[in-house]
Amino acid sequence: MIVGCAALASPTFAQDAAPQPAPSAATPAAQSEPANTNASEKKKITISILYAKQDRTEDELPLSMLDLPAADDGVAGAKLAIADNNTTGRFLNQAYKLDVLNGSVDDLIKGATEKIDAGDNFIIADMEPDALLKFADALKGKNALIFNVGNPDDRLREEDCRANVLHIAPTRSMLTDALAQYLVWKQWRNWLLVYGPTPEDKLLADAYRRSAKKFGGKIVQELEFKQDTGSRRADGGYEQVQQQIPTFLQNAKDHDVIIIADEKHLFADYFPFRTWVPRPIAGSAGLTAASWHPALEFWGGTQFQHRFRKLNSRLMRNIDYDAWVATRAIGEAATRKHAGDFDTLRAFIKSPDFEVAAFKGVATSFRTWNGQLREPLIIGTAKLPVSVSPQVGFLHQTSVLDTLGYDKPESKCKAYTQ
Amino acid sequence: MSRSSAIFTAFLSAAAIASGTSTADAYTAYITNEKDNTVSVIDTDKLEVIKTVKVGQRPRGIVMSNDGKWIIICTSDDNDVKVYDAKTLEYVKSLPSGPDPELLTLHPDGNRLYVANEDDNLVTVVDIHTSQVITEIPVGVEPEGMGMSPDGKVLVNTSETTNMAHFIDTTKHETFDNVLVDSRPRVAIFNHTQTQLWVSSEVGGTVTVINPADRKIIGKVTFDIPGITKEAIQPVGVRITKDDKIAFVALGPANRVAVVDTATLKVLKYILVGQRVWQMYFTPDGKQLFTTNGASNDVTVIDVANQKAIKSIKVGRYPWGVVISPD
Repeated sequence: MIVGCAALASPTFAQDAAPQPAPSAATPAAQSEPANTNASEKKKITISILYAKQDRTEDELPLSMLDLPAADDGVAGAKLAIADNNTTGRFLNQAYKLDVLNGSVDDLIKGATEKIDAGDNFIIADMEPDALLKFADALKGKNALIFNVGNPDDRLREEDCRANVLHIAPTRSMLTDALAQYLVWKQWRNWLLVYGPTPEDKLLADAYRRSAKKFGGKIVQELEFKQDTGSRRADGGYEQVQQQIPTFLQNAKDHDVIIIADEKHLFADYFPFRTWVPRPIAGSAGLTAASWHPALEFWGGTQFQHRFRKLNSRLMRNIDYDAWVATRAIGEAATRKHAGDFDTLRAFIKSPDFEVAAFKGVATSFRTWNGQLREPLIIGTAKLPVSVSPQVGFLHQTSVLDTLGYDKPESKCKAYTQ
Repeated sequence: MSRSSAIFTAFLSAAAIASGTSTADAYTAYITNEKDNTVSVIDTDKLEVIKTVKVGQRPRGIVMSNDGKWIIICTSDDNDVKVYDAKTLEYVKSLPSGPDPELLTLHPDGNRLYVANEDDNLVTVVDIHTSQVITEIPVGVEPEGMGMSPDGKVLVNTSETTNMAHFIDTTKHETFDNVLVDSRPRVAIFNHTQTQLWVSSEVGGTVTVINPADRKIIGKVTFDIPGITKEAIQPVGVRITKDDKIAFVALGPANRVAVVDTATLKVLKYILVGQRVWQMYFTPDGKQLFTTNGASNDVTVIDVANQKAIKSIKVGRYPWGVVISPD
């Protein structure tokens, strides 16, 4: 049963599916050189992408109103990339469309199977880890390539990796490495690690421990934050929080910075300016690492942000960016190969030659050993980017981008080794 | 002191003497400072900034009117193009351009200005005398580079996210061919005899050389600098000498300008300049090349014949574009 956005072909995207007519070809060129791209001479290629989003109704809401999820989180980014792909596509006689499917994992498997049987192969997945694995396994052996935009779990790229899944969302280890590099560069090496009670918070804390070891940070003490911060919307509450946080921190060992592991943003934002001693906050509040920043204007980002805002009437979030990259990667492959057939596109996307420009200054690409997107990550405060990791001086024998997260020699992924 | 620099010193002294009686060798270079909202004016004889003037917000692309009377600047955050008197630097007027104009080029007729509008996937054509928009041409996502053929018949626009060079017929104002190039094409420029079109790809790290006659790719220029990561090699600005023999390619955060043989498409040498070098412009006599170095807030002057950097000139913050007056 399909819940929520029930229609497979959402009418909202009708405009995306109908690109403008191609500019006329006044002087047709000889076509032996594949780089020449007169739309009228190309066979029409239509690529339909499915955005499969798992319903997750029990999620607690984040503390800040600014972090409340939008109904079209992720989908909005995919929509923009569909529009971008179609602008390019009208020179190539290529058209792109997006179908959105919300539901339980079983609904998503059923809907995706119908799409694949109808000849559509590309799926953007926003799901919990176990749901994603169930989904990927159900589609095993079918002509499908899944792009994970919703989940940072390292295990999905390591021991639980699947050959039919590529990962756009950065892993926890990439995010904590990005932040750790910046803190080490700043010489703020003594960290007080505060982590929350959820399994995700514990995984995130593990990632910080690993990053500290990898880059020379020192976790001077760990504190688990067990207190229930309660309802987000209680009218008032600051009087008590103002007492609660400093009390929680008052006996902590001397530290340079407090790193908070609170993946769902349920308490970390209570920490800045409420600490016992004046120290900066990083991790899930204060200075954060992410694949995107809503105020990033480097590398032509301004135009990208404007386009997003014009189309969706809001700011771009991390998952929107990740979904844009996924959708653009599919478009980029079809453009470069002048092809719509699945085998050609899958082989190209998974090859070391594949690159996609994604407003990061350098090309992004996929790690061939586990399908994880290799990209610079943004270190920022709520308002502005502060820096970009990898930081200068962290070296690597092949790509400095591989200083972020688990590297090839550490990989536990077997599905990708042939 | 090497022989070549001795010759150059002699040239400088001769120019200095000449400037006492006439200004024939002294040109004026105009640098847009993206972060300061200013233009730095450089005397190319003295090689120093003689004036800094406030212009509109976020000035980037800059050209000079064909008669040398105006400088025309994309003031991106004002969403227009502003015209200033080249001599007095007084504001003359604003031209409509569509949102967020970045780069522009003038037709040899001296009247039609072609502006890339990054936000709208359009090239806007403006009559600079009547200040009217003549037409808009739909192109790929994030149009940027604008290369006009010397005969004025073809405009090539590059689109940064579509990754194409769009060939536009300047009579019909329609695209008639599109050539796929490497990621994030920034600049397109024809050589003087129109046998080559050079398109730089910032993220792809290459320059694609296309035959404008049949739009086939002649070859690609690749760069390899010891000690510099592949990711830091980001070609942007390209300038070709008057004899069409040598191309200079600005390599962004690699902080170097590559000197390329246009016949073999091989790099002859790399010239170390300031940080994040983007745009470049020759003095009208072809003897010097000025580069804008965004991250180090300066301009490097290259001696073209000797292929050497001879001076850095401090300008405003994040210098972006450069143009040099014909007299």
